[in-house]
Amino acid sequence: MATLLDVQNLSISFRTYRGILAATHDVTLHVDAGETVGIVGESGCGKSVTAHAVMRLLPAATTIYSSGTITWDGEAIQGYTEKEMNHLRGREMAMVFQDPMTALNPVLSIGSQIREGLTLHQHLSRSDADQEAAALLREVGITSPERRLHQYPHELSGGMRQRCLIAMALACSPRLLFADEPTTALDVTTEAQVLQLLRSLQAERQMAVVLISHNLGVIAQMCRRVYVMYAGCVVEEGPVEAIFDEPAHPYTQGLLASLPDPAHKDKILTGIAGQAPDLFHMPTGCRFYPRCRQAMQICKRQVPPYYTTGTGHRAACWLLCPEREECAWH
Amino acid sequence: MDSRDFAPLRPQDREAIYVPPQKLRERGWRQMKKNRLALWGLAIVIVMTVIALFGPLFSSYSYADQDLSMANAWPSAAHWFGTDSLGRDLLVRVLYGARVSLSIGFAASLINLFIGVLYGGFAALAGGKTDRIMMHIVDVLYSIPMLLYVILLMVVFKPGLLNIYLALGISYWLNMARIVRGQILSLKEQDYVMAARSYGASTWQILWRHMIPNCVGPIIVTLTLSIPDAIFTEAFLSFIGLGVSAPMASWGVLTSEGINSMRSFPFQLIFPAAALCLTMLGFMFLGDGLRDALDPQNQKEAG
Repeated sequence: MATLLDVQNLSISFRTYRGILAATHDVTLHVDAGETVGIVGESGCGKSVTAHAVMRLLPAATTIYSSGTITWDGEAIQGYTEKEMNHLRGREMAMVFQDPMTALNPVLSIGSQIREGLTLHQHLSRSDADQEAAALLREVGITSPERRLHQYPHELSGGMRQRCLIAMALACSPRLLFADEPTTALDVTTEAQVLQLLRSLQAERQMAVVLISHNLGVIAQMCRRVYVMYAGCVVEEGPVEAIFDEPAHPYTQGLLASLPDPAHKDKILTGIAGQAPDLFHMPTGCRFYPRCRQAMQICKRQVPPYYTTGTGHRAACWLLCPEREECAWH
Repeated sequence: MDSRDFAPLRPQDREAIYVPPQKLRERGWRQMKKNRLALWGLAIVIVMTVIALFGPLFSSYSYADQDLSMANAWPSAAHWFGTDSLGRDLLVRVLYGARVSLSIGFAASLINLFIGVLYGGFAALAGGKTDRIMMHIVDVLYSIPMLLYVILLMVVFKPGLLNIYLALGISYWLNMARIVRGQILSLKEQDYVMAARSYGASTWQILWRHMIPNCVGPIIVTLTLSIPDAIFTEAFLSFIGLGVSAPMASWGVLTSEGINSMRSFPFQLIFPAAALCLTMLGFMFLGDGLRDALDPQNQKEAG
C-alpha cells in the first residue's frame, strides 16, 4: 500500500509563560492508504499534538516545529501556506474531535455546519448541499436526517452529536481521518456504536483512520498497527497483535497490566508507579526510567534507540540491546 | 390493559422523541415578551423614531419660523407645546430635536458596530504583537477626555452636527472593541473553532460564521445601551454650547434655552426634557430586556 502520511522525527515545543515546553520528541510514524492506525498513551503524552501538528491546527504564534518533516502523499507539507493547508484540511484529511459537546457551534444548526465543508470545497449550491448533508447524516446512522438538519446541537444527545461530527469530517470524503479520542466523552454503549460506525465507514470508503485513544481495548478492536507514546516519544510500535501479546517496552507492559479484565475478577490491577514527567523538566536518557522497575545505569544517561523484537515490532528500550545479553550483570 | 398493549413497538413509534427546533431569535423574542418593561421600552423607541421621522411633516410650522407676536405663548390649540422666546413652535422644535438626537444615537451605534466589532475582532484573531499594539492604541484614545476632542474639533470646524459625529466617532467604538475582543479571545479557544479550521475554513470565514454569531448578545446589548449614552452626550454638549447651532434644534439646545426662562415659562424646559427622559428610559429598558433575553443562561431555562 502506498504511504499516505509520513512523519519523520517530529519535535514540537510550545512557548509558554514558564518557558519552552517540549510536547513531542522525534516522533516518527507513517500511515498507509486505507489502514487504521492507533496512537495510544496517557494524557499529555503528545498524541493529540502530533495529529494537530499534521493538520497544522496548533496555535501558530506559540508553536515551535524544532525538527522533523511531515510528508503527505509524497509531498512535504510543512512549507505550505495557510491557503494551501485549507485546501488539504477537510478535503484530504479531516478530524473528529473528542468532545461532541463543545466541537459543534451552539448557534448554528446541524445542517449549516455540515454544509460548511461542502460549500467550501465542492462549491455546491444550497439545495445540493442540503441533500448531500442529509445523505451524510443517514450514512452515520441518524434517523430522519432532513429534520435533524434544522436542529441545533443542544437538541441532540451526545452520541448523535458525535455522529454529526463524524458526518462533518466525512463531508468531503477525506483520505485520512484523525479520530482524536472520539468516544472518550460517551458512555460505553454509545461508544460501541460509534466505534462500529467508524469501522464500517472506514471499510466502505477505503479511508485511512488514525485513532487516538488512551483506551487499549478500543485500539485492539479497531487497529492493525499501533504506536505507543510516552512523554512525547513513540516508545513502541508495530502490529497490534504482536504488541498486545508480547509487549517489549516496560511502559507498554505496565499499560496492559493495568487493564481491567471482566473475566478475571481476582486479577490485581497494577498501575504504573510514579507519574508522567513534567514536560518542562524531562529526564535525560530514557524518559520512562524514573518509573521503570527494570531501569539500568545506561537508561539514565542515554536515549535508547529502536530495537526490533522477535515478534517483528520495534521498541525504544535498552532491555532489548543485544550487547546487554553478553553482559555479566544479566 | 388489552392485548394491543403488548404488540411490538413499530419503528415509527420510536421516533416520538422530537422537539420542534427553535431559532435563537424566536427564543429571544419569547423571553422579551415576558418582560413588560422591555416591551414598553421597545414601544417608546419605535414611537419616538416614527414621530421624529414623520411628525414634522404634519405640522404647519417649520422649526425656524419666527413669529414675535406669539413669543413665549403658553400651550394652546395652535401651539400644543407653546412657543419659545422668538415665537417658534416648540412642538416642531422638539420633533426636530428628536431627529437630531436619534440620528446621533443611531450614528454612534453604527460606528460602534462597524469599527468596534471589526477592530476588536481583528485584534483578538491576530493575537500576539498586533493585538497588543492595537489595544494600546485603544487605551491611549480612551485616556483622552471626550470634551477635549470636541473643543479641539471646534478649532478646526465650526460648531455643529459634524463635530459631534466626529467626536462620537473617535470615542464611542472603544468600549465595543474591548468587549468584542474579550469575547473573541474566549471563543478562539473553543473546540468548534478548531473544528472549523480542521475542515478548511479560513480565518475570515471563522470570524463571520462562527465567532460573531456567538457574540451577538453582548454586541446588541452594548449597542442599545450606547445609544442613550450618545444622545445624552449630545444633549450635554449642546447644553454647554458646543453642539448644534441655531436655528437647528436638539433636545440639548432646547433644554438649554428653556432653562433661561424656567421660572416664567416652565413649559419651555419641561417638554424637551420630558422627551429626552422618555427616550432614555425607553432605550435603557430595551437594553436591559435584551440583555436578559439574549443571555445564554436564561435560554437554557427557556429551551
